[in-house]
Amino acid sequence: MTEWGPLAPILLLSFQQTIYLVVWTMLIAGVVGLGIGVLLHTTRRGGLLPNTPVFQLLNVLVNVVRPIPFIIFITAIGPLTLAVMGTTIGTRSVLFPMSAMASFVIGRVVEQNLVAVDPGVIEAARAMGASKPRIILTVLIPEALGALVLGYTFIFVAVVDMSAMAGYVGGGGLGNFAISYGYQQFNWPVTLVTVVIIIVIVQAAQLTGNRLARAALHR
Amino acid sequence: MPPAISFRQVSKEFRTDGKAVLLAVDSVDLDIEQGRIAGVIGYSGAGKSTLVRLVNGLETPTRGTVVVNGRNLNELTAKGMRELRGGVGMIFQQFNLFSSRTVAGNVAYPLKLAGWSRQRRAERVAELLDFVGIADKARRYPSQLSGGQKQRVGIARALATSPTILLADEATSALDPETTRDVLALLTKINRELGTTIVVITHEMEVVSSLCDEVAVMEAGRVIEHGPIYDVFAAPREAATRRLVQSTLHDRPRADTLRRLRGTFPGRIVTVGIRDRGATQEALAEKLVEHDVRATIIYGGIGELADQPFGSITYELTGADPAIDALVRELAELAPVEELDDGPASGDGSDTERAAASVSAPAGGGAR
Repeated sequence: MTEWGPLAPILLLSFQQTIYLVVWTMLIAGVVGLGIGVLLHTTRRGGLLPNTPVFQLLNVLVNVVRPIPFIIFITAIGPLTLAVMGTTIGTRSVLFPMSAMASFVIGRVVEQNLVAVDPGVIEAARAMGASKPRIILTVLIPEALGALVLGYTFIFVAVVDMSAMAGYVGGGGLGNFAISYGYQQFNWPVTLVTVVIIIVIVQAAQLTGNRLARAALHR
Repeated sequence: MPPAISFRQVSKEFRTDGKAVLLAVDSVDLDIEQGRIAGVIGYSGAGKSTLVRLVNGLETPTRGTVVVNGRNLNELTAKGMRELRGGVGMIFQQFNLFSSRTVAGNVAYPLKLAGWSRQRRAERVAELLDFVGIADKARRYPSQLSGGQKQRVGIARALATSPTILLADEATSALDPETTRDVLALLTKINRELGTTIVVITHEMEVVSSLCDEVAVMEAGRVIEHGPIYDVFAAPREAATRRLVQSTLHDRPRADTLRRLRGTFPGRIVTVGIRDRGATQEALAEKLVEHDVRATIIYGGIGELADQPFGSITYELTGADPAIDALVRELAELAPVEELDDGPASGDGSDTERAAASVSAPAGGGAR
């Protein structure tokens, strides 16, 4: 029988750490990624703000970063993490590599959703005399909102997955808990409980995302 | 009064793949006077859409100047251009409504851009939706509307800031015939009640004939003909115009129809252009008696163009040949008359050309 008494507070802390990492990463990378995605979409040739150098730079950056396995990415940008966060260990420090990776992933997802916005609607806004920044904020993003919400929901699951690797640098979280107290101590029920908690988090996020997307789609 | 829109030697080139140059608009000179409804017609790819997009700066000319409401677009700053666009409304074939906004939200958008207060916006939106006849749909989203309703929203949105010019890019092409009539009636009402200059791009000649005062015909980027609609339709100078007119009117028998008619009517077949209310037919009735010729109506139709009768009637004439010759000669002084070829027609194409050529002989020389 698993002795849950001493494990419960650790599990709760791990849960809080995961929530902390996922929420902050989604907030930071959500904004930065939106910016990257909007720039990727608008700086492309024929876009609203065509600028080939900016587009090429971002495009290459996204393509280089995205395929790197996250666990390797954490170590690879260690010096940068040290410079920015002042440390490379602990829950807070892993926020940097998580936000960086998630920003690039979100950037690509945002770009792909913006492509689906009808160019005719953008043209209509231009014909009415809207400025370019205004078109981005009041037409481009709102028109893609439903798809963007679904895209962000999809990313949320990927970020939960990423947070599991935070344990590698002492970041804590549910992933670390499952490995340290479950796998390494041959305690199968602990692993199972952790997995169930993660599934619940993901399901709750997916359900919320679907609801929000439906509200934003006006169909 | 200066023209609402004035093109001077305007050309627009598009570079495709950095190398090939497409000349979408070629050295166009065109004035559209204030308060008119002008049609721009032509086949796909003739440059119609590019031409009207030069009016509100959605495209910038490669050469030449466009002057709109007295302002030279080449000299406008980005801000100046945005201000000018407030005075030029535009509606689209695919409506281009914001799917994320309600009907009221769509109509309010240009008012927000113009800095109207919430209170004034609400009043103006209600007024506009009432004007276009969809006041009850204010809180719906575009996806819940029919095509005709969507275009009404598009029109209300385009009129929000009381523009003096309205550009309509194939505005009825996605609508069924009945809805098209409703939208055309609305555009006419806008022109009559608000004095808005309207530029209509279309490939549907019915739209031009029922809506426009004047028409510009485009082919391969050039405006090849421009004038009052009746003159251009009654006496087209260019082959492309003739083809466009013929494709609409169907008032003359085509080659295959003519061959069939021949089987039933062995007499001489003559087509008479109708440009007046009865005078030509009255004269014809008198001349038939005078020359002792009998006439049977075998084909034709008369419609209205710019509130004037327009069409033609094809007769089979039987009687003495010299008498028919004299009758045709005398009638030709009053109306465009053409004797349709007796011999077996060789092909449809040549016949279309022949039938079209006869239209270019107007009665009393159409003033242009």
